[in-house]
Amino acid sequence: MAIDFSVNGKAVSLQAEPDTPLLWALREELGLTGTKFGCGVAACGACSVHVNGEITRSCSVPVSDVAGKSITTIEGLKGADGTLHAVQKAWIAAQVPQCGYCQSGQIMAAVALIQKTGKPSNDQIDAAMTNICRCGTYPRIRKAIQAATGQAAAASQGAA
Amino acid sequence: MADNPTLEIEPAAPVKRKGVKRRMFLIGGVAVVGAGLFGISMADGNAVKNAAKLTTGKGEHSFATWLKIAEDNSITIYSPHTDIGQGSNTGLAQMLAEELDAAWDQVKLVSAPAESAFANTGLGRGFLGEMSGQPGIINGIPQSFLSMIARSMNLQITGGSSALRFTGQATFQKVGAATRLALVETAAKRLGVPASELVTQDSRVIHAKTNTSLTYGELAAEAAAQSLDNDPPLKDPKNYRLMRQSVQRLDIPAKVDGTAQYGMDFSVPDMRVATIMAAPARGGKLTSVDVAPAMAVKGVEKVIKLDDAVAVVGKGYWAAISGLRALSPTFSDGGNKGISTASIFKAYDDLIAKGEPAGEAGEGEVKAGLGTKPVEAKYQVPYLHHAMMEPFALTAHHKDGKLNIWGGMQDPLASKMKAAEVSGLDADAVTFHPMLIGGSFGRRLPMYMEIVQQVTKLAMQLPYPVKLIWSREEEIAQGAYRPQSAAVLKANVNSNKRIAAYQNDYAQTESAEAETTFIYNLPVVARRHYEYPSNQITGAWRSVNSTQQGFYNESFMDELSHSAGVDPVEFRRNHLKAGSRHLLVLDTVAQRSGWGTPLPEGVGRGVAIVESFKTIVAHVIEASVNEDGSPKVNKVFTVVDAGSIVNPDAATAQIEGGTIMGLSSAIGEAITLDKGAVQQSNFTDYPILQMAGAPPVHDVHFINSGAFMGGIGEPGVPPAAPALANALFAATGKRVRNLPILTQAKA
Repeated sequence: MAIDFSVNGKAVSLQAEPDTPLLWALREELGLTGTKFGCGVAACGACSVHVNGEITRSCSVPVSDVAGKSITTIEGLKGADGTLHAVQKAWIAAQVPQCGYCQSGQIMAAVALIQKTGKPSNDQIDAAMTNICRCGTYPRIRKAIQAATGQAAAASQGAA
Repeated sequence: MADNPTLEIEPAAPVKRKGVKRRMFLIGGVAVVGAGLFGISMADGNAVKNAAKLTTGKGEHSFATWLKIAEDNSITIYSPHTDIGQGSNTGLAQMLAEELDAAWDQVKLVSAPAESAFANTGLGRGFLGEMSGQPGIINGIPQSFLSMIARSMNLQITGGSSALRFTGQATFQKVGAATRLALVETAAKRLGVPASELVTQDSRVIHAKTNTSLTYGELAAEAAAQSLDNDPPLKDPKNYRLMRQSVQRLDIPAKVDGTAQYGMDFSVPDMRVATIMAAPARGGKLTSVDVAPAMAVKGVEKVIKLDDAVAVVGKGYWAAISGLRALSPTFSDGGNKGISTASIFKAYDDLIAKGEPAGEAGEGEVKAGLGTKPVEAKYQVPYLHHAMMEPFALTAHHKDGKLNIWGGMQDPLASKMKAAEVSGLDADAVTFHPMLIGGSFGRRLPMYMEIVQQVTKLAMQLPYPVKLIWSREEEIAQGAYRPQSAAVLKANVNSNKRIAAYQNDYAQTESAEAETTFIYNLPVVARRHYEYPSNQITGAWRSVNSTQQGFYNESFMDELSHSAGVDPVEFRRNHLKAGSRHLLVLDTVAQRSGWGTPLPEGVGRGVAIVESFKTIVAHVIEASVNEDGSPKVNKVFTVVDAGSIVNPDAATAQIEGGTIMGLSSAIGEAITLDKGAVQQSNFTDYPILQMAGAPPVHDVHFINSGAFMGGIGEPGVPPAAPALANALFAATGKRVRNLPILTQAKA
């Protein structure tokens, strides 16, 4: 059956099995491979996207559930003119990624947190940023979120 | 050093040195004798020619395999290492570009093709030196000979914290310097001036007197025809412009906007997706499977039975995994049904009690030295999983007698050779296309290449390209784990509060001797390995055996200090050589952490110092206990002596990440076995530390001792677990001897 929704501002109509997770529809049907497969059980957050602005782990949402909804993926964060989102810029400035595989999900989670809280506190960062990073980039993620929201990074010393 | 150094590398490791095996495979079987007699060129002629053929087009010129200068002045560096996220490729580019005096914004770094012309000479050089115990001796061995060794071993590996210290120092700096000399000589001829009047900067050769300059691009064609100096002088570090600078990593921009392409992301037209389940008990075989339930799933096209696994091929991953989950395959257990976590620990205890080690190292008469009442402690650590964020994914296509494979492995060249072996094709018919790797930590090394074999077998019987993806469940259950290990440590501390004798009896599959450096200066010390094979393969897990050995020795040193009534830092100082690098690292971390100053109620401070991969790392951790009994790390202070640092910010990131990986494993990670099979299935029961558990404060400091460069990717890990355990003891009086600290619920 056809499932209609929008991705990064563009309308899409997919012929897909309704139980196919949104993750695989994005990656395999739409070629949006910036959203990653990590665990398949919503435990790691590598597949995080925004569904109607809410942070969502797309590996555990059937594509039929997003009919009529608006999806934003890492590929849709840049401005129309190609400029990076402030959070993406902060990620480069803090040299956050190591292997980089989880970072699309981390950035989507950070953007959602900032949209919700404005200037997230350390506790809010701890509570919201539950995505797993095996390389251990957490101190720099915290620093980048603070920098992107105009907060001094004094609360957490990242790089020496 | 003698002009004609003689290195004899034993073809097979004797029993007593079993732990060397993981390194021996690198150069095993190659005897290196009288190496100084070989000719002088950067790599041997054939390799250089083949490399040039593989990388250069019109207007492009190849230098010593690893460097290409184009007439438009752009510079491409070919790295034989896979940047798993350590930033090592940026570091390598910094090293070559520094000596070349290249314009940094015109430097591009790409993966070297997985072809033998690009086998890694620097690695052969580094490991030869390390194994012979004489790092200096390698300087007499010409590149041409190392190139030959590396190619004979299909050596293109990333591991052993080797990229910068071996490839960088042994090869890339020299390639940069030698090429710079060739460009200068070419310019001197063309301008009719003495070479001594020329300087280089930003990819130009400049003659200040006449205010003229030539770009490297303009000189490249002629310079490439020259033979290069095999042993060019390197820059004085005080003139560095790129090295020792925190330049931004080259790979990061593509990792923040979703454009970075990992093996998982590869696709080609007509590609199908497969997923697989191997025998849960390693060593077992597939005994039966009814394929019908999978074939009934929409999108499933084929079920393929392998000797020890069943694979389902579908239109996409969801079809394939749904099909696989619909199956009820049965597997034999390979005779391993009696193997469990408890049975392995029991066997370890029995072996140590019996006292017949498979290998021994150390000095002095330990039995007499220990006396009748030594301090004694027993420690146990579990199997650990790498849990890299990108599960295995390789795409393979067999067509017209050629096999192409795309994906990320720590040794692309060995992967290619393995695929050739499994497919029966000539190596020339197989191409491995290296892609970005989403984490590895030792998991994607060539000795554990089941996925290469699996995808090759699938591709050889499918008429279309196939991407094989391991589910996270498969990835956790079929790991190449850091070994489960146990140790009984004993020591005799004399009336002067000095250790008179020290014994470390440890049991696990392989010897830890190759990756373990015992730093203390003791009159009598024995390290004895008790060998017990389980059905699991012994993996290389970030810092290899240094994790458990670091935990044993640094926990026990803490116990000894308390039993002697001496401060833990002071006690360690008393057993380190005066004036040593170790002592300076320890003193510096004590000073930076405010060791000895008061702490809030319930907070304890712990110290640990471990040398691994020639780098010395000490952590001081401040920790307390949460209401639920879990440990809370408040602050970490780290001091590192890696000799010198190429990119301070990237190195800091490695220490931060290594520390967190060490803490994560100490706090919560364990792979357990029952009936020979792994009990964990996903991140739900193999918990990785998250943001809230990571240290909110981490002070990282480097000491630039100028010693031979050590590794930076791994050495931050080993002291983390003992520093935390020691801090918890200081906070609570309870000693952690078994890891993980949180004994997790079984799946």
